[in-house]
Amino acid sequence: MAFAIGMTLILGTALAFVSESLKDKQRAEREFERKKFILSAALGTDQINEMIANSREEVNALYEKRVDNLVVGADGTPIDGLSADDVIVAKEYKKLQRNSDESMEVKAGQTLRLPVYTIASEDGEGVAYYVMPIYGFGLWDNIWGYLALQSDFNTVQGVIFDHKGETPGLGARITEQGLQERYQGKKLNNEAGELVSVNMQKGEGADYSNAPHKVNGMTGATITGNGVNAMVKDYAGLYSDYFNSLKKS
Amino acid sequence: MSTEALQEEVVVEEVKKSEPLFSKKNRKLVTNPLDIDNPITVQVLGICSALAVTIKLEPTIVMCMAVFFVMTLSSTIISMLRHSIPNRIRIIVQLAVVASLVAIVDQILQAYAYDVSKQLSVFVGLIITNCIVMGRLEAFALGNKPWPSFLDAAGNAFGYAAILIIVAFFRELLGSGSIFNFKVFAAMGIDYVGNGVMTNTAGACLILGLLIWAQRARNGYSEEE
Repeated sequence: MAFAIGMTLILGTALAFVSESLKDKQRAEREFERKKFILSAALGTDQINEMIANSREEVNALYEKRVDNLVVGADGTPIDGLSADDVIVAKEYKKLQRNSDESMEVKAGQTLRLPVYTIASEDGEGVAYYVMPIYGFGLWDNIWGYLALQSDFNTVQGVIFDHKGETPGLGARITEQGLQERYQGKKLNNEAGELVSVNMQKGEGADYSNAPHKVNGMTGATITGNGVNAMVKDYAGLYSDYFNSLKKS
Repeated sequence: MSTEALQEEVVVEEVKKSEPLFSKKNRKLVTNPLDIDNPITVQVLGICSALAVTIKLEPTIVMCMAVFFVMTLSSTIISMLRHSIPNRIRIIVQLAVVASLVAIVDQILQAYAYDVSKQLSVFVGLIITNCIVMGRLEAFALGNKPWPSFLDAAGNAFGYAAILIIVAFFRELLGSGSIFNFKVFAAMGIDYVGNGVMTNTAGACLILGLLIWAQRARNGYSEEE
């Protein structure tokens, strides 16, 4: 008995000590990953990876220079005094509920906050890309990512997907660069301006280069694919009021 | 002062005479698991991670280092405690030690090798259930002194690492056409299309099977003996 208590105390203390002393470094790593994801969604994974290989400072500097952020409400109007970095997308996701027609709606009494990252164009004039965090559910656990749109709010510039516990080799493939690049240049809206979103199709290997709303799916990971489709469509819908307000002005 | 130093030297010498640090017996503890007593190819333990993390060399090597760290430390700790661990709770004590070490490794990886730790995902946590770790604790560390236990754990970790690295080398070369993410075939000017089987778990099974065959053919091992 004494032995068990002693072991528990020693091991518990050791674990708490390690976890506490590494906390700051781990947080810095997650922060850096967020910057990397936002820049990669807008500017391409290759370019950012090359930069990271040179020096991580370069990435930080680029982020400082070109990325700005704001937070908008569900109606698309900006909320003052809030930084997008302060909004935890996972928590905002819990304020949503799914309607019977599959669309997402804000639960009664909740105020939704939607972060937007804007990437300035290279010459510094105007915004070239808008990057929106997205969030959803795959097969086993939550999935999330970033959706980068060009300034027509229709053409996909790039996407980044990440996950917590999808099956390695199947659903976990959503983190692969090649798979994410399938989304580049796809359109969210049809010619009538209605939201269709970009959807992974069943099976893999078909040629969808002329289909603006379709990309190859993942063999053996249909449910993760459905989760990704729902996630992209949900957030394209949630942000649409914001996009429309910008299109008018 | 000088006499004290002399006495100490004598004591050290005596210890060495009684059992040299790298006696024949101790050397065998390290070398046997590399070949004739290999944990993966002969005892067929730890297959789960051998199949799962060997798609590329970089995460494989990090995984092997993590397993080495957990095995050597847990074996040493359990061996030092072997007289005081109550027999009835020895499994749970081993598990607690292993789990704590794995949690520490996981934390360190998240802080200093974030990308690799994401690639390894659950498999770092699954070191806890790696049969090699608990197997060596039960079979060796509980009945032997810390130093031989350390060597035995190190030997088994090396044996595990050797097989994983060989498997990962072929899987990355044939599956992705690269070594350590360096595109070998592209650099040689050969247009190589990655072999999908090798990036899947089935590829690991194939290579592992071939390795076991080659090793048993060489050592003349057969199940009946």
